[in-house]
Amino acid sequence: MVSTFLPFILLLPLAGFVINGIFGKKLNSERLSGLIGASAVGIGFILSVAIFIELLGLSPDARSVGVNLADWITAGQFSVGFSYLVDPLSVIFLLVITGVGTLIHIYSMGYMHGDPGFSRFFAYLNLFIFMMLNLVLADNLLLTFLGWEGVGLCSFLLIGFWYDRKFEGVGIAWTGDAAKKAFVVNRIGDLGMLIGMFILFSQFGTLNYGQLTQVLSSGAFFPGGSDLLTAAALCLFVGACGKSAQIPLGVWLPDAMAGPTPVSALIHAATMVTAGIFLISRNATLFTLSPTAMAVVTVVAAATALIAATVGLVQNDIKKVLAYSTVSQLGFMFVALGVGAFTAAVFHVVTHAFFKALLFLGSGSVIHGMHEEQDMQKMGGLKKYMPQTYKTYLIGAIAIAGIFPLSGFFSKDEILYHAFNDGGPVLWVIGAVAAFCTAFYMFRSVYLTFDGKERFDHHHVHPHESPASMTIPLWILAVLSVVGGFLGLPAIFGEHIHLLHSWLEPVFAPAYKFYSQHHASHTTELVLMVVSLCIGIAGILLARRVYIQKPGTADKMAAQFPVVHKLLWHKWYMDEVYEVGVVKFIWVTSQSFLYRIFDKKIIDGILHGLANATGAAGRGLRQLQTGVVTNYVTLFVLGILIIVGYLILG
Amino acid sequence: MLLLLTLLVPLVFALLLCAVPSGKTGLHKTLATVGSVVAFGVSLALWFSFDKTNPGFQFTTNWMWIPSLDIGFRLGIDGMSLLMVVLTTFIFPIAIIASYDSIRDRQKMYYIMILLLQFGLLGVFVSLDTFLFYIFWEVVLIPMYFLIGIWGGKDRIYAAMKFFLYTMAGSLLMLVAIIYLGQYGQNGGFTGDMQKLMTIAPTIPMDAQQWLFLAFALSFCIKVPLFPLHTWLSDAHTQAPTAGSVILAGVMLKMGTYGLIRFNLQLFPQASLHYADLIAVLSVIGIIYGALVAMVQTDIKKLVAYSSVAHMGFVTLGIFSMTAEGVQGAVLQMVNHGLSTGMLFLLIGVIYERRHTREMSEFGGLAKSMPVYATFFFIAVLASVGLPGLNGFVGEYLTLIGAYLSDHLGSKLYAVVAASGVILAAVYLLILFQKMFFGPLAKSENSTLKDLTGREIGMFVPIVILCLWIGFQPNTFLSVSETSSRAVVGVIEGLKGENRYADVAAARLNPNAPPKPVPVQGMENMKIAPPGTPLPPSPVPMPSSTKEPIRVKVPAGGGQVQLPPPKR
Repeated sequence: MVSTFLPFILLLPLAGFVINGIFGKKLNSERLSGLIGASAVGIGFILSVAIFIELLGLSPDARSVGVNLADWITAGQFSVGFSYLVDPLSVIFLLVITGVGTLIHIYSMGYMHGDPGFSRFFAYLNLFIFMMLNLVLADNLLLTFLGWEGVGLCSFLLIGFWYDRKFEGVGIAWTGDAAKKAFVVNRIGDLGMLIGMFILFSQFGTLNYGQLTQVLSSGAFFPGGSDLLTAAALCLFVGACGKSAQIPLGVWLPDAMAGPTPVSALIHAATMVTAGIFLISRNATLFTLSPTAMAVVTVVAAATALIAATVGLVQNDIKKVLAYSTVSQLGFMFVALGVGAFTAAVFHVVTHAFFKALLFLGSGSVIHGMHEEQDMQKMGGLKKYMPQTYKTYLIGAIAIAGIFPLSGFFSKDEILYHAFNDGGPVLWVIGAVAAFCTAFYMFRSVYLTFDGKERFDHHHVHPHESPASMTIPLWILAVLSVVGGFLGLPAIFGEHIHLLHSWLEPVFAPAYKFYSQHHASHTTELVLMVVSLCIGIAGILLARRVYIQKPGTADKMAAQFPVVHKLLWHKWYMDEVYEVGVVKFIWVTSQSFLYRIFDKKIIDGILHGLANATGAAGRGLRQLQTGVVTNYVTLFVLGILIIVGYLILG
Repeated sequence: MLLLLTLLVPLVFALLLCAVPSGKTGLHKTLATVGSVVAFGVSLALWFSFDKTNPGFQFTTNWMWIPSLDIGFRLGIDGMSLLMVVLTTFIFPIAIIASYDSIRDRQKMYYIMILLLQFGLLGVFVSLDTFLFYIFWEVVLIPMYFLIGIWGGKDRIYAAMKFFLYTMAGSLLMLVAIIYLGQYGQNGGFTGDMQKLMTIAPTIPMDAQQWLFLAFALSFCIKVPLFPLHTWLSDAHTQAPTAGSVILAGVMLKMGTYGLIRFNLQLFPQASLHYADLIAVLSVIGIIYGALVAMVQTDIKKLVAYSSVAHMGFVTLGIFSMTAEGVQGAVLQMVNHGLSTGMLFLLIGVIYERRHTREMSEFGGLAKSMPVYATFFFIAVLASVGLPGLNGFVGEYLTLIGAYLSDHLGSKLYAVVAASGVILAAVYLLILFQKMFFGPLAKSENSTLKDLTGREIGMFVPIVILCLWIGFQPNTFLSVSETSSRAVVGVIEGLKGENRYADVAAARLNPNAPPKPVPVQGMENMKIAPPGTPLPPSPVPMPSSTKEPIRVKVPAGGGQVQLPPPKR
């Protein structure tokens, strides 16, 4: 059944892309375009569930099915095919992508209503789903790379979807600039992935995940590992940093908010940005063999989680807050990977997909109801006008703040627990501070948007609730955000109760062969759990105090600490550093030295010099041909004298 | 005969055109189009009757021309030449159709020149005699000189002269090298037979090989063009008419890389090992340099011209990785570059006809007024950027992995640095796309532009189909040249004592032996010998004329390896 269904899951979105892409204008029907787009993914979701159920029925070791669809590249010793791997890890991503994807497609039918590019939008969304499925279902690195670059392309197209709109940022004036920035920064990461593939292929002669894991877990590289393995792991991590917006490659994600909001929800929150977590989970064995790589992952991730969370504290654009929140949450997931808690990372991917998609779609509903207004300072009191949106948004905020028993509580708590056990107290403190900031800024956004005084212009803006096509997906996601945590209940609630853990065990077993995790007592676990709950509540209460009970506190604080506020407001000046240090530098060097001086003056100068010298030589020699016989005779005699002289003296 | 027919069709139609009175412009277009389409059809027949598993040259003719010097009218193709032939016959009809509206004066002469150009290019790719090769090489020069000089832009005379002198300087050196090489013919006689030379050349003393290598390489690298010999390209491209640019980028640059494989790798394998690092370094510089300079161009055509320098750098890097993966990638990349850059030049021609400018700042927001045009442009950009799923990626990836795997190159860093070209390619091409198509329609002239006509769409659709085909099923094309690439690489690996492709290489050098089918598909696992493993004896057969075994330096193994004496 897996091999029968899989081609459909993959090819339906591709077919949707082709139909809407080529004939969308001719169809000229929003209903039809939307239906084609949504059903291509929706059917895929149903088939995915069928595959999931079939895998459930198999014994844990047999839950890995390979499907080879076609050859791809064969040259010399190199050979890679369009072959896919359905196993517990890829099925989870498959379900999230098609499931959340379907909801966002349905939502988009309402959100994009009336847009002249309606069918184009659905074409791009379907192409994105196709590429994303290639990414997670591939059984080899190169096919993953196809999806990897493919989702980058869709991200480019969708960020620049409204290509004639302005968008503000450092070095950015139009949405197209933001799209280009996303693509280029992602390509820096892709370079890392390419090099990682070179290293792995030259070492092992294959890019197949199964074969790689088999060789790596055979024990040949343990103990001691090898520098090349570390290099390969770090190269892959660079790729992950690009796609999953980790420092220093995270600068593109906040600007990616230039795209329509469903895009932000689907691509820049729920699916594409978690590709880095998938990549490392897929190559878990490679990473656990290299303690250095694991340490680097942890440090980068912790820094990202913290820095992004602090930036989120002061942003006024509702989507920017969510964007920085996403970067920060991705940092959490990488922290989990860095300390070897792969299941926890995947768990957080799933719950985050629910509540972050919910929050983004909620913000989209607000923007929709507010006539494209995104500045929270110009909102306030909206809960009266959009009760559905308010309630669902609130649920999402409670979930991400980590309040028991919503999904975010369990997944975040598991990560913090592993950070404490395997990373040490310092790592835990960083995580806890970031979690506190998260709770604070999320409720700041709730209060600024839905509570307090109505700060919008009543003459021009008439807030209204969104249509059912938008609110129904919101409610479904809200329910998932509430109950999603039961996928991974902690051990204190009973043995083998962590469903995700037992499900993923066969995938990560080889990685733990040479890597052991610490286990703490139930008491420690319980204490950590209570503390992290308190942190979440504290964050919410502080936000309530600052924005509801004593409005104006925020401005006072900003005035009191201008340096800190400016630093956070300017996102730690990372964009500025890149703009001046990298972009301008390369540009100026290329233009004023490489092109104007080296190419035009030096290379062409030498050539023109040669040509002129030839001409000059010709003109010089022409002077000898005077036509005067006496001159010729003189030269003739001179020549004879020289020859005779040479013969006598030499 | 099929091969001869492919070669002669353009010439015959050029002669036919001479007989048509100048006034009948419609007939000129029709005849030229029919001629190029017929040539394409014949080359397709060639494609389907070609035996992929045969490592030797096929469809050979061998007619004596100057018997005393053993110079002959020798034709024949292997997989690489076949790909180049089909690329040529594919590009030409499109280039001719693209000229319908843009060429207004002296149409008769224009189409004669184009067909002569095709004749010359095909000749270069099918010659198996050094003198014949040289003649075709020069034949190509003349029509292109006129195409730029007569139908070109404002600075056409400067560009045409620069193009001519640059190429002439290289090709004269090549002529000297061809004469010098010919002296090594059997029994002290002279020969132009490349198949004979392939067996003889490895026995040429190393110092002579090095000089010969350099003479040929200079000539070919100017054509490629390899950094720093590239400055003719941007002028030639900007001044040439659209079809000229398309042919220049699409086919003519490949003469250089084709020559590097056919002559340098195959005739001077020892010298190739010696100079591989030099060329690899220049290729890598070219990849980065070309991209950086492309980035700051404001003239669209110049931008694409400089991007060619970067793209062709991947080809030369792949060739001199001297691995089967790298050479295969290089051959495919030659086709890819022809398609994607050819398409970009065609697209630029389309907008130039409408707006008579190529300044990037003159455009903006074209996605609104010309959505179909924007779509095709974007596909060409993506193919050029090397996005997986399109043609450019497969070629670039194989050249890079070839360079990384290569034992013959001094450093893995070449592949790593070259790979960073993928970032820069995204930068300059997306800048180009975004400035032209995104943003508001600021200039009123741009808001009323006509989108693509049916004829124009007809030119682009075949290219797009091929781009996607190569992107998803590159084996259709890779399998054609796999055997030839292995034969080339096998000789070089044999010198270093490796024997993965020795049988293929042997079969090519000994065409009289019954051809042994060589498996093309399928994967053998890489065996990586631990350092210190004694090298196995080389199975490379010695040419019959060799009296003494050659001594080859093997830096990796330490000592010197004695090759076994000839078998016959």
